Amino acid sequence: MDKIPILRMGQFLLVTIQVDLYDRLALDLEADLVKMVSKTGARGILIDISAVSIVDSFMGRIIGNIGVMSKLLDAETVVVGMQPAVAITLVELGLPLKGVYTALNVEKGMDLLKNKIQLDEEEEIGPDDDNSNDLTE
Amino acid sequence: MITATISLNKDTLNVLREQDVVVFRNRVKEYAVKIKMGLVNQTKLITAASELVRNMLRYANGGQIIIEVVSRGRDNGIRLTFKDEGPGIPDIKLALTDGYSTGKSLGLGLPGTKRLVNEFDIKSEVGKGTRITIIKWANG
Repeated sequence: MDKIPILRMGQFLLVTIQVDLYDRLALDLEADLVKMVSKTGARGILIDISAVSIVDSFMGRIIGNIGVMSKLLDAETVVVGMQPAVAITLVELGLPLKGVYTALNVEKGMDLLKNKIQLDEEEEIGPDDDNSNDLTE
Repeated sequence: MITATISLNKDTLNVLREQDVVVFRNRVKEYAVKIKMGLVNQTKLITAASELVRNMLRYANGGQIIIEVVSRGRDNGIRLTFKDEGPGIPDIKLALTDGYSTGKSLGLGLPGTKRLVNEFDIKSEVGKGTRITIIKWANG
């Protein structure tokens, strides 16, 4: 039985998809990730799809679901490393993956997650910080 | 409308289980590489194929797929024919509408697939089955 490993790094969970996903594997990943977020209290999920050459509507839906589900558990999801051909195909298919954040590569994805979480924490302390808006970019 | 073409190379695959999908996708990829299809078109073709094979598994418990290299003038392409003996589609026009689905999907499968390929032909008879043919040209 194949399984996609989920790595924990501080407040984040990292997933690198290196194999051709079939439906069962994708569904298992979705369930595993949501459980893991709940168990570890992770604040962010980073999914690296740079090795994925095909994202069809089912896979796209799973990625979107992971984004929405993790959001319900107070975690953000960033998808990184999408191949240009995959982006073109997704948009023509009619699935622009609106629900999740995206970044060009793992490094930028991590920065994005860190910023998102920092912003959240500052809002919790109080919106009196004048510089809080500068962090959005 | 599928235009007159010459079939050069042919392969038949039965897809009955989810795991067969990966094998099928790889086979399509091999064919596409063989005719020197560009990466974007390859991705579109394999994604389209993936959508159709998923439909076939979900609604008809699998079926048969024919992969062919076809030629029209100077252009080469891949033709995929999906045949199943499932319930058939009562209203093809409706099934080709964005956002329509009888299952739990987003309803992007058929209309999305049509946008990804150069030629798309669908024939379906309720109670007998469905036959979908798509062609993606290497330079299409």
